[in-house]
Amino acid sequence: MGRQLLINDLDKEGIATLAGYKANGGYAALEKALKMKPEEVVTEVQKSGLRGRGGAGFPTGMKWSFIAKPPGVPRYLVCNADESEPGTFKDRYLMQRKPHILIEGMIISSFALGANTSYIYIRGEMMYVFHILEKAIQEAYDAGLLGKNILGSGYDLDLYVHCGAGAYICGEETGLIESLEGKRGNPRIKPPFPAVKGVWQCPTVVNNVETLAAVVPIINMTGDEYAKIGIGKSTGTKLISASGHINKPGVYEIELGVPVEEFIYSEQYCGGIRNGKKLKAVVAGGSSVPILPAEKLLKTPKGEPRLMSYESLSEGGFAEGTMLGSGGFIVMDEDTSVVKNLWNFTRFYHHESCGQCSPCREGTGWMEKILHKFLDGHATMADIDLLWDIQSKIDGRTICPLGDAASWPVASAIRHFRSEFEEYVKKGENMRDIQHYYRVNQLEATNS
Amino acid sequence: MPKVTIDGISIEVPEGTSILNAARMIGGEIVPPAMCYYSKLETSGGYCRTCMVKVVKGSEKDPRPMPKLVASCRQPVMDGMEVQNITSPDVIEARAGVVEFLLMNHPLDCPICDQAGECNLQDLGYEHGKEGTRYEFKRREFEKRDIGDKIQLHMTRCILCYRCVKVADQLCPSRVHGVMNRGDVAEISTYIEKAIDNEMSGNMIDVCPVGALTDKTFRFKSRVWFTKPVEAHRNCTKCSGKVRLWFKGEEVLRVTGRKDEWGEVKEFICNECRYDKKNVSDWVIEQPTHVDRHSVISQNHYENLKQMKLDTQRLKAKLPENKTNGSK
Repeated sequence: MGRQLLINDLDKEGIATLAGYKANGGYAALEKALKMKPEEVVTEVQKSGLRGRGGAGFPTGMKWSFIAKPPGVPRYLVCNADESEPGTFKDRYLMQRKPHILIEGMIISSFALGANTSYIYIRGEMMYVFHILEKAIQEAYDAGLLGKNILGSGYDLDLYVHCGAGAYICGEETGLIESLEGKRGNPRIKPPFPAVKGVWQCPTVVNNVETLAAVVPIINMTGDEYAKIGIGKSTGTKLISASGHINKPGVYEIELGVPVEEFIYSEQYCGGIRNGKKLKAVVAGGSSVPILPAEKLLKTPKGEPRLMSYESLSEGGFAEGTMLGSGGFIVMDEDTSVVKNLWNFTRFYHHESCGQCSPCREGTGWMEKILHKFLDGHATMADIDLLWDIQSKIDGRTICPLGDAASWPVASAIRHFRSEFEEYVKKGENMRDIQHYYRVNQLEATNS
Repeated sequence: MPKVTIDGISIEVPEGTSILNAARMIGGEIVPPAMCYYSKLETSGGYCRTCMVKVVKGSEKDPRPMPKLVASCRQPVMDGMEVQNITSPDVIEARAGVVEFLLMNHPLDCPICDQAGECNLQDLGYEHGKEGTRYEFKRREFEKRDIGDKIQLHMTRCILCYRCVKVADQLCPSRVHGVMNRGDVAEISTYIEKAIDNEMSGNMIDVCPVGALTDKTFRFKSRVWFTKPVEAHRNCTKCSGKVRLWFKGEEVLRVTGRKDEWGEVKEFICNECRYDKKNVSDWVIEQPTHVDRHSVISQNHYENLKQMKLDTQRLKAKLPENKTNGSK
């Protein structure tokens, strides 16, 4: 088992409460950080090489250094807890079981950025987590960890939890900011970036829950030590939400750089494929990253074993690789229908498109209808090319990355599993209402 | 002043000008079409994606090309920027794609639509679209709704350009007009069937690029190309009073704001001028409106007749002298 920094002590009693968290070394990093200068905290995070855990993998220290500092203008830190990517459930797990690590991370980060007001934007469906956080924040206020003059350092911080209404688009940082301001959650057009004009038109940093939580071990163990964990530019540990046809689905904390094969098959992680089936495909980082067939997932184009890291997973570009994304690891066994799975993803993006820009608003719905045609057995070979053409006209043509996220799964599924689409066309109505691939094969076996 | 090159034509523009506005300063064929951008409305633009262009050189300082096509209406120019619009096959292809997306759920009921003849979407489809559609499913439909007693909302035709929302936001205090729902079922609407009761609300009709918001006092009265536009003004306490009257015979069928060559209203007008002043005696007539000869409205327009007259004179000059003399 590799090192665990975030979820190592979840089995300890009362870790969700302030007393339990403090008994296990909690808020030590805060005390340490408040004795440092804000710039030193930023330097420490820069040294650690921490990268955004929300999906894009942008270096956090660099993001913090971009924040504009006009005199007399307040700055804000916003925690993006609007975790709604299909296949990702790590932030909820962390907030539910260890809310204080997020609060501690947010106090340190706000201190580093010079923010006196910070927000946690949480997804509407996670109301119970909202209550957990509210309770934890109240505990922190009572203990003098939030509010005026934190731990006698002279630094003030107010922390608020804001509950969204459950829209995927509000996980996009500018959509989140609009929603936080009480408007319709339409992503803004960039530039200006949030680091210049964010919440209430003031400089803002938006970070993922896991990113802010990771600041705590970084301060505790220093940035240089943290950078030693992991491989290359992928430093530290990452929470992976493993789901699908594996023996042990759940949230795992890995040191970046674990081989993918080991992650799927070893007993300490996923424990292999369910019912002894073969691995067919994996969506490695939440529904929006390209799907990869087993042979391309386990080996890079150079023939080396692929590792769980930002660089290794994206090796080979979009033609041969994928992305680490937010760490939503969806495993599919040999009986899974990629087309049906793709239809489900596309249905999600169609439902969640904000309707602001035309390619995404119209294109996602069109793709869903065509994919439904495949499932209904009415599709033709021309529909495969049409689908490819539509996704290419959405990719990169929209305001926010939701358009890209909707087009990448379609592109990769056609690229790697074109034969399966063709099979749906050939077998036509026999495929209707058939959920899994193997039932078709069984049907064929009994017919012949 | 930053210097920008668009399709090989260079121009110096003030700091902060968008690529689209720089192109408009140059004028001509290289101006990207815009369905949602409206220079008179703040924060408009960026939604329809028809004005996308390719930036092949970011700036003098950072000459890297931009990785994606950018919306020219919201992208400020940098010094030394090089932009491709009609010279880039990518842009033309992308624009054709956007036209297809915009027309996908559009009812194409131009024969019965009041906007036909002055519709930006018609022009866009004609100039940048491809023949036919590959969409074979049922088109999205909405019920017709009244917003206020003077405006009809035909949501089925809407392309969600957000211009009317910006009008409600920026011209009308206490706005009750916005967008509901999301994705391809998003619709513009008022707050719980509340009528828009504001003296500037009629401008929503003028800014609408399609036939989604139409003037109920003009609906089904006449095709626009049978009416003749005339510039006129009156003393109005609420607005500038500078309007365009649309005549059919002696009758004023409708009053709109004056639009410039980019299809944008020059000055917003109030509802009193728009709906209540439909007698010629209310107005001081200035001059006939110049109508571009590519517009269907220019058909049977006297300016064309004037043009023809000039042509006949030129023709006469070309003819042998004895023939002209002979006709005397």
